[in-house]
Amino acid sequence: MIPLSYYLMLSGILFVCGVLGFLIKRNIITIFMSIELMLNGVNLSFVAFAAHWHSLNGQVFVFFVMVVAAAEAAVGLAIIIAVYRTRETLNVDQVNLLKL
Amino acid sequence: MTQNPYLWLVPVLPLAGAAINGCLGRRSSKTAITTIALVFCGAAFAMALYLASGFSSASAPYYFDLAHWIRSGSFQVDFSFYLDQLSLVMLLVVTGVGFLIHIYSVGYMWDDDGYYRFMSYLNLFMFFMLTLVLAKNYLVMFIGWEGVGLASYLLIGFWFTKDSAASAGKKAFIVNRIGDFGFLIALFLMIKHFGSLDFTRVFAAVQPLSPETAGAGLLTAIGLLLMVGAAGKSAQIPLYVWLPDAMEGPTPVSALIHAATMVTAGVYMVARSSAIFDRAPMAMMVVAIVGTLTALFAATIGIAQTDIKKVLAYSTVSQLGYMFMACGVGAFSAGIFHLMTHAFFKGLLFLAAGSVIHGVGGEQDMRRMGGLRVYMPWTFLTMTIATFAIAGFPPFAGFFSKDEILWKAYSSEHGSWVFWLIGVITAFITSFYMFRLWFMTFFGDYRGGPATHEVKHQSADAHAMHDKHAHQEHGHGDPHESPWVMLGPLAVLAILSLIGGWIGIGGRFEHFLAPVFPGLTTELSQRTASESAGGATETVLMLISVGAAVLGLLLAWTLYLRRPQLPARIAASLGGLYQAVANKYWIDELYAALFVKPLIEGSTTILWHGIDQGGIDAAVNDSADAARHVSDSMRHMQSGNLRSYAGWVAAGGAVVIAYMVWMGVR
Repeated sequence: MIPLSYYLMLSGILFVCGVLGFLIKRNIITIFMSIELMLNGVNLSFVAFAAHWHSLNGQVFVFFVMVVAAAEAAVGLAIIIAVYRTRETLNVDQVNLLKL
Repeated sequence: MTQNPYLWLVPVLPLAGAAINGCLGRRSSKTAITTIALVFCGAAFAMALYLASGFSSASAPYYFDLAHWIRSGSFQVDFSFYLDQLSLVMLLVVTGVGFLIHIYSVGYMWDDDGYYRFMSYLNLFMFFMLTLVLAKNYLVMFIGWEGVGLASYLLIGFWFTKDSAASAGKKAFIVNRIGDFGFLIALFLMIKHFGSLDFTRVFAAVQPLSPETAGAGLLTAIGLLLMVGAAGKSAQIPLYVWLPDAMEGPTPVSALIHAATMVTAGVYMVARSSAIFDRAPMAMMVVAIVGTLTALFAATIGIAQTDIKKVLAYSTVSQLGYMFMACGVGAFSAGIFHLMTHAFFKGLLFLAAGSVIHGVGGEQDMRRMGGLRVYMPWTFLTMTIATFAIAGFPPFAGFFSKDEILWKAYSSEHGSWVFWLIGVITAFITSFYMFRLWFMTFFGDYRGGPATHEVKHQSADAHAMHDKHAHQEHGHGDPHESPWVMLGPLAVLAILSLIGGWIGIGGRFEHFLAPVFPGLTTELSQRTASESAGGATETVLMLISVGAAVLGLLLAWTLYLRRPQLPARIAASLGGLYQAVANKYWIDELYAALFVKPLIEGSTTILWHGIDQGGIDAAVNDSADAARHVSDSMRHMQSGNLRSYAGWVAAGGAVVIAYMVWMGVR
């Protein structure tokens, strides 16, 4: 039996990778993938806890997260396409028209 | 008391006229404006005559409650009107003289651009003055009191583009505020101690109290505060300074407001409050002293004035002093009698002076007049009657009222020979400065500028526009007589100045007013009993005061007609004394140094620069600046750069997590 701490550590590593990717990368698609990575890092800790405590609550949470992530992906990708069509770039540093 | 449902119409009629002319006058023809102003004012006069026709010395007062106003517990004030013998006299004087001056104004102001405005203000003044006179309680009286102040302000500053007129209006208003302050506090004291402002109820509450002979008490306080109000409105020492400046207004205004009616409101108010003064001998004494001093003081200033209207203004202040002297010695009916005759002859003097100013093309300086009796015989005739009336020559109106006052000042239980002596000296000075005016204006040779004959005559008729500048603007021909619309009122007032005093013969006027001054009826009957005893003294005193008037006439004749070079020599030999009189004893300068300048300085440095700019403005501006600076630095967070936003979110999350770890989450 692999101890819980291993799962949690992996989950943390995945989350931090996602955060770093989000902060560092400039391509919107990559940023988007980093978000997915963070979500899945969290998912991993959910299922690990669920298995550890023999509770279904964590599993159910994971399904919800996946569904929301799917919906988010659909909307997000649509926005990305729209942004690319108007700005002809996917570099977030050049998508800054909202600044003061 | 009888209810009379027509009473409220008297003040409201002129208000309607003012409203119509004020709202529609700009687009109406002058004929329409004239019609409306005269019809509504004349209707008020007709109503007054109608009310007077059913009124005698024995009549119970009329009253009418128009509407509720303040109802707070047991304290009630209503819009109610009241007419007794005293207000009837005032009513007839105000509407009668007012109507005549309305007619006169048609001629005098016809060519002014603000004709509709002028007529509207005059009607408005009539409304407030009638409200003041017909009030049943002190608060309605106060409405009228403030309202006439407003009308006076508007009319003094009628030519508001002239700086001096605008500031004279302000001065009148502000000085009156001081008096009104005293009046208001008197009202508060009445509310607190009598629970009412209604004349009948207040006087009924005062009636059982014993006179405050031992020391000053509540009634003395109320009386003195009322006197402060009266001194403001009626231009007594120390608040008289606004009246001479008020001569900046058009001459009909000076006649109506600043001679005949409004300035006598203080006398009316003191007489109306006679029940209170009767119980406060010290307040009466103050009234008498203030009145006597004002009479003498203003008369001396009148000697050295060269502006024809200024002479009359100081004369008005002086005559008002007589009225207060009468009230102060308990001779209220004599004061009201003089008020009435004064309204006739002083109104006439001002209107005649206006006619003179009109005739010589806006010149007001008597040194540039002279010999006008040839050019304007009717003005000369009426002015002569008025001059003899004010100087106190029998059988003119002024003789009877002034003699009554002087006799009462001597014989009344509150009086003293000192009041009488100062009164006679004042009568002599009055006679002197009035005949000085008369000789300088109408006798000798015309000293006006060389008559410029090139002017078209119709433009000469347009000169009433501005009392002062018309002359420079289009030149002026020889002095000429005024139109009939101006001479008509002069003639009527001249007749009144001649015969108006006869109603006082044999104490008839006093008997008529007797129901209003109940405390004095006993004295009256006593006096008629001892009439034979005091008769000889009264005749001697009368002869002395007539002698003083004749002396004034002779002195003026000597100085200003027979030896016209003498006055300058006398002035030179008197030196400083003459300077003091000519400069009105520097009272204006004294007030400016004592009150006006410290007030302006204090307001500027402490209130304006200190509290307002340094405190309030600074607090507002500094907090706004602080908000701006904080926002300015915070604004850089909103870079529009997605990754910096993400960084902020991550940093925030990290801080929250660190905090929770640090504090130990359970």
